[in-house]
Amino acid sequence: MPSLKDLKNRIASVKSTRKITKAMQMVAAAKLKRAQDAATAARPYAQRMAAVLANLSASAGAGGPKLLAGTGSDQTHLVVVMTAERGLAGGFNAYTVKLARQTIRALQDDGKTVKILSVGKKGRESLKREFSDLFVGHVDLSAVKGDSFTSNAIALGHDLTKRFDDGEFDVATLIYSQFKNVLTQVPTAQQLIPAAAPADAETVDLAGAIYRYEPSETAILETLLPRYITTQVLSAMLESSAGEQASRMTAMDNATRNAGEMIDSLSLQYNRARQAQITKELIEIISGAEAL
Amino acid sequence: MADKLHFSLVSPARELFSGEVDHVIAPGTDGEFGVLAHHAPFMTTLKNGVVRVLEGDTVKMRIFVRGGFADVTSAGLTILAEEARMLDGVSAGDVQEEMDATLLKMQALDKDDSVRATLQEHFDYLESLKAVLVH
Repeated sequence: MPSLKDLKNRIASVKSTRKITKAMQMVAAAKLKRAQDAATAARPYAQRMAAVLANLSASAGAGGPKLLAGTGSDQTHLVVVMTAERGLAGGFNAYTVKLARQTIRALQDDGKTVKILSVGKKGRESLKREFSDLFVGHVDLSAVKGDSFTSNAIALGHDLTKRFDDGEFDVATLIYSQFKNVLTQVPTAQQLIPAAAPADAETVDLAGAIYRYEPSETAILETLLPRYITTQVLSAMLESSAGEQASRMTAMDNATRNAGEMIDSLSLQYNRARQAQITKELIEIISGAEAL
Repeated sequence: MADKLHFSLVSPARELFSGEVDHVIAPGTDGEFGVLAHHAPFMTTLKNGVVRVLEGDTVKMRIFVRGGFADVTSAGLTILAEEARMLDGVSAGDVQEEMDATLLKMQALDKDDSVRATLQEHFDYLESLKAVLVH
């Protein structure tokens, strides 16, 4: 049975924890609104880009640039794992890391060479334990203020294209958390290089009409593909950041509620203990008086 | 003019415009081109310049774009711009301020930084935007 003083201290400490979680929840809620707006605003561009790419690749056939057609091999895989910079966001990082781990294991079982590039500190920490020798790079997003990921996305896009041109890998897969709504974030694996237009991209039936290209089909593809990759990276970053805030908000909401329940039960325990002590003192006084 | 063209202009940050218009004139790398409804499928890269949206014979909207692509299909015209902003309500002074800020950021970076190249593009964009505004 803890003493009255112990109980009092615990109640005070849980109360201050509740204040912190409540504050974190409110900060996450405010950030979520902005992150969500940014993610939603970026979607039309990514979708149109995918549709344009789908149209182009349908007519380009197999002879397109390497970024589209691939190197002809799929021996070396680069897995880009995108997680948050900070924890305390419920299962957000854990789910993404779990998918990454499964993907890496499956590739290794197939006898492929796997390289890992991590974006965000948390994924790096968790995967370092198992796959420390597979890491080829890391992108630090901790300095990013708000939702301005554009320059980071461009840098990462350039980096990926360069590594691909240098023959460092054949296939790049991006693993990130897709933002469905505040309660659901879906860990997603998406093939980045060779660029594959998503199956659900709307292609327009040209009804036999022939596309005209200016300056030329290859020239357009060559400018389009690196941008497509950057766009994919950017939208993944935005989705991931919205998901992180949503997940943190939910987690902190739960934590605040749990702390409240804990305070209630501790207060009850404290009151009982105090009453018991009063009763005990009374009994002592009365039995002392009777003994006289 | 009975038939309308479905036109949408998107930049990575947001969708600037989406709707039915009569006529769009855009700056292709190989020259300006106009698109009306039922244009043949066509795709081109864009250079920095002004996209004009016409309603009948009057210019309804002017949007300044940096690079990107224009895609004409039977579904309409889509412009994917790297950067875009409405020309109305922008003053040369604002643009000059932004140019100075970009220049400062650029000077803080390494020469071979890929971000610097992006900022340079942004700077060039602002410069040509200012040129349009001053005239």
